[in-house]
Amino acid sequence: MTSATEAPKASFRLGMLIYDTRYRSITIQVIALVLLAVVLWWLRDNLVTNLADKGKDINFSFLWTRAGYDIDQQLISYTNDDTHSRALFIGLLNTLAVAFFGCILATIIGVFAGVLRLSKNWIVARLMTVYVEVFRNVPLLLWIILAYTVFTEIMPQVNDFKVTQAMIDSGTPAAASMLFDNTVAISNRGTSVPYPLLTHPLGGFEFLGIPFNFSFIAVVGLFVASIFASRGVTRRAKAVQEATGIRPVTWWKNLALIVLPTTLLFYALGLHWDVPHFNIDENGVWKGFNFVGGISIAHNFTALVIALSLYTGAYIAEAVRAGIMAVSRGQSEAAAALGLRQGRIMSLVVLPQALRVIVPPLISQYLNLTKNTTLGIAVGYLDLKGTLGGITMNQTGRELECMLLMMMIYLILSLLISAMMNVYNATTKLKER
Amino acid sequence: MTQSSMSFVRDKMLTQQKPPVSEVGAVRWVRENLFSSPLNGFLTLISLYVVYWIIASSLPWFLNGVWTANSLGECRQIIEANAGPGAEGACWAILRERWHQFLFGFYPMDAYWRPVLAFGLMLMALAPALYYGLRRVNMLMLGTVSVLTLLGMLGVGTDGFHLLLSVVVFAALFAVAALMPKKLLWLTLVYPLVGFYLLWGGSVWGPVGVAIGFGLLVVVWNKLQSRLGAVVAGGIAVAVALIWWLQVQPMVTTPLAHMMPIRLMSVDSDQFGGFLLSFVIGVTAVSASLPMGLLLALGRRSDMVFIKSVSVVFIEFIRGVPLITMLFTASLLLNYFLPPRSNFDLILRVIILVTFFAAAYIAEVIRGGLAALPKGQSEAADALGLDYWQAQRFIILPQALKISIPGIVSSFIGLFKDTTLVALVGLADPLQGITKMVRADINWKGVYWEPLLFVGVIFFIFCFGMSRYSMYLERKLKTDHR
Repeated sequence: MTSATEAPKASFRLGMLIYDTRYRSITIQVIALVLLAVVLWWLRDNLVTNLADKGKDINFSFLWTRAGYDIDQQLISYTNDDTHSRALFIGLLNTLAVAFFGCILATIIGVFAGVLRLSKNWIVARLMTVYVEVFRNVPLLLWIILAYTVFTEIMPQVNDFKVTQAMIDSGTPAAASMLFDNTVAISNRGTSVPYPLLTHPLGGFEFLGIPFNFSFIAVVGLFVASIFASRGVTRRAKAVQEATGIRPVTWWKNLALIVLPTTLLFYALGLHWDVPHFNIDENGVWKGFNFVGGISIAHNFTALVIALSLYTGAYIAEAVRAGIMAVSRGQSEAAAALGLRQGRIMSLVVLPQALRVIVPPLISQYLNLTKNTTLGIAVGYLDLKGTLGGITMNQTGRELECMLLMMMIYLILSLLISAMMNVYNATTKLKER
Repeated sequence: MTQSSMSFVRDKMLTQQKPPVSEVGAVRWVRENLFSSPLNGFLTLISLYVVYWIIASSLPWFLNGVWTANSLGECRQIIEANAGPGAEGACWAILRERWHQFLFGFYPMDAYWRPVLAFGLMLMALAPALYYGLRRVNMLMLGTVSVLTLLGMLGVGTDGFHLLLSVVVFAALFAVAALMPKKLLWLTLVYPLVGFYLLWGGSVWGPVGVAIGFGLLVVVWNKLQSRLGAVVAGGIAVAVALIWWLQVQPMVTTPLAHMMPIRLMSVDSDQFGGFLLSFVIGVTAVSASLPMGLLLALGRRSDMVFIKSVSVVFIEFIRGVPLITMLFTASLLLNYFLPPRSNFDLILRVIILVTFFAAAYIAEVIRGGLAALPKGQSEAADALGLDYWQAQRFIILPQALKISIPGIVSSFIGLFKDTTLVALVGLADPLQGITKMVRADINWKGVYWEPLLFVGVIFFIFCFGMSRYSMYLERKLKTDHR
């Protein structure tokens, strides 16, 4: 005869903290928490002692003192009488400028290189393979320095552009000439490009030291509005097509909608260009030592953007190639069987599916590019690292505060980019049941 | 009715015709691959022009290169004398004169054999880890690397005694590989200490003491783990090893160093430079970051809320900031967080922070590998009654790590390239530190392209080789589903 044995009374014993899997995780976490607290306390203690030894404290008030140094590229006004926080902001804008142009250029290069690498054209595919492999396997810093050296060492001196009396007499041209119908000059000092001027500007105001320009806002706003309008036209055409089977011709409407309003606004504002040039006397001799007019883009900016976008473009090319290859052949064959044209197959069937694979690595490449802008200090570009983490830090001697602030800003920047891109990713990803 | 005799019956076969010229051989290949459509033809022409332009603009420069000269000015004179006035050419003489600084920095010249030997031994130590127990491959690897290392040591000038010693060591290793290839893993385990001793020098007893500490750690852990469980035994073993390293070891090794002074000339960290520095930082950081990244990856997938959040914060923080800020933290801030008056040298601080940096990235790579495993694997391990660490060791990690090898290799490539950034905190990396120093010499002022090209080519060879190897591994390891 069997008798049911009572389950042993589960009384809590101390050993269960180690041996019972129900409680063990709590024990481990408590121990880890205590260890972490001890380590943090130790670090904090060291920090306090070290700061006291050096007679320092943690204080961010230096941000509101006079900076006293110049920044050669500034997107909004800045003089060396402004505060360190203003310098920080200028540096941040410079970082963002490089990141913005770099991302756009890298995407263009990457998409072209990725698609061309899959081309059936033997030589084009080989050329793109060489490009991708060479750029991916050599440090970025080398490309930045190389681009900068090319600009500063190979480009002609400003003097070489000048036409002298002797040249006019002998009929020889100047040693260097300007590009694009005498509007752009690349010398070893910088790239001089035309600068847009308005005869009837709309004015603007300044808020918290940040200038807001009504003309600029109006142009951008109008352009965005016309893009939305043209998308509306496309949507309506699609609705008509689905109802009647006939697609209305839209291309000229879209073109007109996008181009005309902005052009008209430019005309109304009186847009004209301030072209870089030399003062020329009555004999045709060029006077002065440097270009007047226009705006000069420093070579460290150009070199940084070019090197970053070529380097990141190689990675993006790989992502694009992987994305296109991930779409199975059956998809494009099925689309061809339905009678779609080659272009339509690409835009309606292959690309939407490839994008899903391309976007996640693309996000991380954008993040990498943004973080890599810090390498600009190798060519003396004053971005956030150059201002806050460079000159400001050296002048005030506040390493701790500057580095913390800088890390926080980069962290927020990274999180923002990845958040924005994740939203986009959510819209393109596979909708499952 | 007569049959109309209209039928034509061929009674003789025609001889086979040759295919049209446009459908065979080179012409067909060109038609299909280069000019299949107008757009393709256009692209081909553009590409041909680009290739022509690159060759036309760089070939004369290469052909006019000068290998023997004492200064840039002399180089230019020779080039103009050879190729006519105004001709441009490469001045390779700078590489001929300064190649050793690009490779070794300011390392003492008569000790160049030490980094060479350390590098060779590193490759040998890698082999058993990559091809565990495979006799033929290990022997092949060891044999090739020994010969190359000996040639390299001869090339940089090694004294006979150390050369002979190396030959003996290589022969012994080769014998081990031939007889019991599995034992070769010991080389991998002791390599960090051997490498440290070879590179930094000093008394041999310091590294030996450290090794004894590790030995104690393993012995204690082995004895206790069956009774107390892996974690508690691990804690006790670490405590024992720490007591040995901090308290006992100096009392043992100092007298030993006096009695048997076996030592190599000690070399300071600030004499390291060039590719030696890149390799020391890259290899140390990656090998140290592997275990750390593994723990972080496991922590991030753990059910324990606290452990998980600590791992997530650490990983995301480090991945969110640029490497340069980490390097500047190493050079400026780390001293604030260490006990007062503790004086680390800069290279060590940089290695610590680069290790953290690499660990965060490797953790994400390994997490990818862990995520790729079906849940059934860990459930099956649970069903077999394995505890957490047993399941990880025997079931999960061997599969997950296999998947993540290519990712780990590409992290290493990225890190190796990023070691050039240490120039920004004042170390002599090959790209900027050494190049600037070489250019500061009045004889070589104005040399830009040759050092860049030299450093770039070396980086390319290493990184390209590693990426090809990882692609090969990826193909080889892809044994399952297809």
